[in-house]
Amino acid sequence: MNIPDDLKYTKDHEWARQKGTRVLVGITDFAQDQLGDVVFVELPAAGDLVKRGESFGVVESTKAVSELFAPISGKVVEVNDPLVEAPESINEDPYEEGWMIAIEPSDPSELAGLLDAKAYQAHVDEQG
Amino acid sequence: MALRTPLYAAHLRHGARMVEFAGWDMPVQYAGLIEEHQAVREAVGLFDVSHMGEVVFRGPRALAALQAVFTNDLSQVADGQAQYGCLCRESGGIVDDVVVYRRSAEDLLVCVNAANRQKDFEWLKGHAGGADVSNESDQWGQVAVQGPKALAVLKRLTTTDLDAIKTYRHAPGAVAGVSCLVARTGYTGEDGFELFCPAGQAEKLWDALIEAGRPEGIQPAGLGCRDTLRLEMAYRLYGSDMDDEATPLEAGLAWVVKLDKGDFIGRAALVKQKEQGLSRKLVGFQLTEPGIARHGHPVVREGRPVGVVTSGTRSPTLTTSIGLAYVPPALAAVGSSLAVEIRGKPVAAAVVKTPFLSRTGR
Repeated sequence: MNIPDDLKYTKDHEWARQKGTRVLVGITDFAQDQLGDVVFVELPAAGDLVKRGESFGVVESTKAVSELFAPISGKVVEVNDPLVEAPESINEDPYEEGWMIAIEPSDPSELAGLLDAKAYQAHVDEQG
Repeated sequence: MALRTPLYAAHLRHGARMVEFAGWDMPVQYAGLIEEHQAVREAVGLFDVSHMGEVVFRGPRALAALQAVFTNDLSQVADGQAQYGCLCRESGGIVDDVVVYRRSAEDLLVCVNAANRQKDFEWLKGHAGGADVSNESDQWGQVAVQGPKALAVLKRLTTTDLDAIKTYRHAPGAVAGVSCLVARTGYTGEDGFELFCPAGQAEKLWDALIEAGRPEGIQPAGLGCRDTLRLEMAYRLYGSDMDDEATPLEAGLAWVVKLDKGDFIGRAALVKQKEQGLSRKLVGFQLTEPGIARHGHPVVREGRPVGVVTSGTRSPTLTTSIGLAYVPPALAAVGSSLAVEIRGKPVAAAVVKTPFLSRTGR
């Protein structure tokens, strides 16, 4: 299970990566593996507001639907539109190609409150 | 705790992800749903279907007794043939959809859905009509070897003349030294066989098939792709597309209802429903906008709910979003436009011909 050290995580299996003033968000390797082949993704539009812990979209595998929860609050400033045509990127490369949205945080301190890689690993082990 | 089939250990060995289905701990996928789906469409896949139940009618009254609870006509099939049909209540509602394997007029095996094992046995036992009705579900293991290369794989493991077993026929035969009922049936739309074997020998049979199928790239295949494969063929799934309330006429199964064969339970209600007309019909649809319809999503037209989705998925073969839904007959014609409400938003759909996957179009 790939859990990069430099990212922050939620218990709902999203990751968050600080990149300049923005925070990129996607789902973890564990999440994509549990979900199976992702065949559909529904994301917000640039300009939408998202709130920490609330749903910002949906990923669907052939078998299951899974909601996406925002790790932090803020404004969506960019959406990884190619995912709509190529949702399999989420399986193949969940931490790079498979990023979903970029958020401009409304409260930059929220990021520090998320799980680090070690804590997330422990969370996954518990679920295992 | 969920029940385990005799192949539970084999699934773990193959790295399956296990889920509970109808009270059974079953493999939902091994390598991945889409990969397994393609293996079955293009080569060969191996399914554990030991969770299915087997109820056997025996004795001089066996055929007549089963005829009295079955919608299709078993007098029209020969010994060594199988037939699909429904068990109905007096109301016409479907108790289960089943395949009957006629070994002789005095020995017929009814293969029932896993979720309905007990319900069906009690129903059939309660309408035994002088036949000896036994629940043999725990004695049988069952594996389905399905796909265009299933025949080639199976040939390596048996001296039984498989070419003589045409579609929907069956014969006793030894496969890898295991005594089986070898049936050319399945739930995938591909050529293939279902092998009924003694439960204790299921793993031996499974392992032999995996080994023999290596050259063809045989893949263990889970319930996930079993569902997408059957839905591409618009095969109904009991519990999703039909239940005790739905009649075979509503479910689009009129072709297995033989109203002129003589009386059977539910016949009077079905005759009446046919005369009065249906209030809903199960149809195939395709979404014409992005999204995936799922069981329970409302079907809407001009903002009003008019029906409900019973099955839906993204078709791995067609890469379109397909499903089955109950709609009013006025909206059931091919080409009718509908919408499926997905998470509160209407997504456009059209009624299409089924099966979604046509043999000629491939």
